[in-house]
Amino acid sequence: MRINATVIPSLAMSNSLLATLVLVVAVFAVVMGIVTYLTLLERKVAAWIQDRYGPNRCGPLGLIQPLADAVKMLFKEEFIPARADRWLYLIAPMWIIVPALVAVAVVPLAGTVEIAGQFVRLQIADINVGLLYIVGVGSLSVYAVVLGGWASNSKYSFLGGLRSTAQMISYEVPLGLTLLSLVLVSGGSLRLEEIVAHQSGYWWGWLPRWNAFTQPLALVIFFTCMLAESNRLPFDLPEAEQELVGGYHTEYSSMKFGMFMMAEYAHVLVSSMVLAVLFLGGWSFWGLRDEQTAWYFALAKLAVLLGKAGLIIFFVMQIRWTLPRFRFDQVMRLAWKGWIPAALALLAANALLLYWMAPALVYTLANVALLALFVFAGQFSRSPVTGRQLSLRAVESELQTTNP
Amino acid sequence: MIRDEDIIRIEEPKLSLAERLYLPQILGGLWVTLRHVFKRKITVQYPEQRRSMYRDNYRGVHRLNKDAQGRVKCVACFMCETACPAHCIHIVGAESPWPDREKYPVRFDIDELRCIYCGMCEEACPVDAIELTPLHDMVGQSRAEMVFDKEKLLGVFDQTRDLKPPKNPRIVGYAIDNPDYQLGEGPGRVPLTPPLSPKSRGQGSGGRGQSESVPAPDPRALPPGKESR
Repeated sequence: MRINATVIPSLAMSNSLLATLVLVVAVFAVVMGIVTYLTLLERKVAAWIQDRYGPNRCGPLGLIQPLADAVKMLFKEEFIPARADRWLYLIAPMWIIVPALVAVAVVPLAGTVEIAGQFVRLQIADINVGLLYIVGVGSLSVYAVVLGGWASNSKYSFLGGLRSTAQMISYEVPLGLTLLSLVLVSGGSLRLEEIVAHQSGYWWGWLPRWNAFTQPLALVIFFTCMLAESNRLPFDLPEAEQELVGGYHTEYSSMKFGMFMMAEYAHVLVSSMVLAVLFLGGWSFWGLRDEQTAWYFALAKLAVLLGKAGLIIFFVMQIRWTLPRFRFDQVMRLAWKGWIPAALALLAANALLLYWMAPALVYTLANVALLALFVFAGQFSRSPVTGRQLSLRAVESELQTTNP
Repeated sequence: MIRDEDIIRIEEPKLSLAERLYLPQILGGLWVTLRHVFKRKITVQYPEQRRSMYRDNYRGVHRLNKDAQGRVKCVACFMCETACPAHCIHIVGAESPWPDREKYPVRFDIDELRCIYCGMCEEACPVDAIELTPLHDMVGQSRAEMVFDKEKLLGVFDQTRDLKPPKNPRIVGYAIDNPDYQLGEGPGRVPLTPPLSPKSRGQGSGGRGQSESVPAPDPRALPPGKESR
C-alpha cells in the first residue's frame, strides 16, 4: 500500500525546527532512560532464568537500582593506564555511544500526531535513505571498539578489538544483503516510514501484513546479525570475559566503562526497534491506522512499538542465558559460509518472486524452504580442523601403530 | 609419564539428526529457559526470611551460659583462653563472691572479629559455660564494638536460650543445685532469674517459687554489637 500524501497532509511536509528540537530532546531522554533500565532488566531476566529474584533491595522491585549503579559508576576511581594512548583512549567511550544513539533518529516512533492544529511526525529525521543511514551509522561503532582495544595498550583489549573488527565487518555483509531483499519486498523504498506503511493492512482481514511472516529467513538472519553487531551472546567474543577479562573495555573504569555498557544496551534497544520497524510493522497494530492523529493514538502507537521492541529485547536477553558462546572460527563460519550465501540466495529468490508477482504465501514458502535447505546443508559442510586436532590425530595414529 | 593403560578413550556421542540440525536444539534450550522464568524462585530473602536449617552444632556467636540462678556459669579457669587458636578470648578472673566456686570472671572479652569460630573453647570448657550459638549475623560499626564483653555475651545467652537450650544436663550434686541454697541480696550478688525452662525447673529446684522474673530480652536487639557497652 502506497501512502497517499493527500490523505495524510503531514506526510507531505517535514517537521518544523522547533518540533524537531523538542523531539530530539524527548527521544534522547526516553532512550537513555530505557537504556538505564535495560541494565536492571538484564539482571532481572538473568535472575529469573536462574530461579532467582534479581535485584530487589533498591526501591520497590529494585527499581532504584539503575540510579544506584549510576552513582556507583560516577564515584569510582577513574584510571587511565600509563602506556595508553591518552586521546584515543578518551575518545573511544564517547565514540561508541554516539552511533548507537543517533541511529534512533530515523526510527518512525508513532506515526503522526496533531498538536494544536499542526501535524508533527514522530520521527526525528524522515530521510529517504533511512535504512542506509542505519547501516552506515551502525558500522561506525566498530571504530570505537577498535580504538578502545588499541588505545588501552593491553593485550586483552587488543585481542578483543581485533575479534570485534573481524566479527562486525563480517556480519555487516549478511545484514546488508538481508536489508536489500527487505527493501525489494516492501515497495522498494529505503524510508522506514514507508516500510512501516507497507506492512499495515491485513491478510484475510486479521493477520497483519508484517514482513516477519513473508520473510522469516530474513528475520532469522537479521536477528543473528543484530546480536553479532551489538556483541551480545552468543557472539560476545570481543568481550569474552573468560578468555579476555573484559575484551576491549578491560582497561576502562568508572563512567567510561559505564558508557561502554550504556552503548551496548543502546545498541540492543535501537536494533530491536529497527527490527520491530522492519519486520513487525513498527507501530502498526490491530485497530491503529495512519489517519489516527490524536495524541492518545500516538501514545498507543509508541507503546506498541516499544512493546514489540521490549519483547525482542527480552528474547535477546533470554538467548544470552540460553546459548553458550561460539568459538571464533564458528562465528566466522556462520557468517561467511552460512548467512552470506543464504542472504544472497534469499535476495535472488525475492527478486525472482517479485518479477513473477508471486502472492505473499509463496515468499513465506520460499523463505522456509531456503532456511531448511541451509540448515540441512550445514551438516555436510566440513567442520574446520584446527592445528591442535591435527596433532591429536597424529598422536593417535602413532599410538595405534605402536600398540595395536 | 602417562601409561597407556591409564588413558581413557572417550567416543564422542553420536548426534541424532535433530541434534545435528542445531536449530531445534536452540528452540529446546529457549523453551527450558522460558520455563524457568516463570518457575518458583528459590532465593531466600535473607533479612526477612531465614533458613530454619541450623543444626545445634552450628558455630556462630559465643554466649556465656547462666546457671539456674542467673549467675555466669564460668569459673574463670582459662581453659578456653588457652585452647583458643586465634587468641581472641581474654579473661580477667577474680575470687568468686559465691561459695560454690573459687573464681569467676570479672571480665570476659571475646574479639568476634578475630575468632575463627572453631568451637575449641566450647570443647575445652569444663563447666559448659561458653557455647557457640546459631546466631551468625552480628554487625558493628567499629572494631571495638565487635569485642564482646561479659554482659554482651550473657545477653547472647538470653537471646538464644530458646533457640538452643543448654545442651548438657547440669551436674547433680553441685551446690547450686541444692534447693536449700539461698542467694543473698548482699553486695556483689546477682539478682535471681527464673529457672531456664519448665524442664530444668522440674529436675532442678523444688522450693523456690517466687523468684523475681527478669523481662525477656527484646528480640530486636539481635545484633549484639548494637548494645552500648
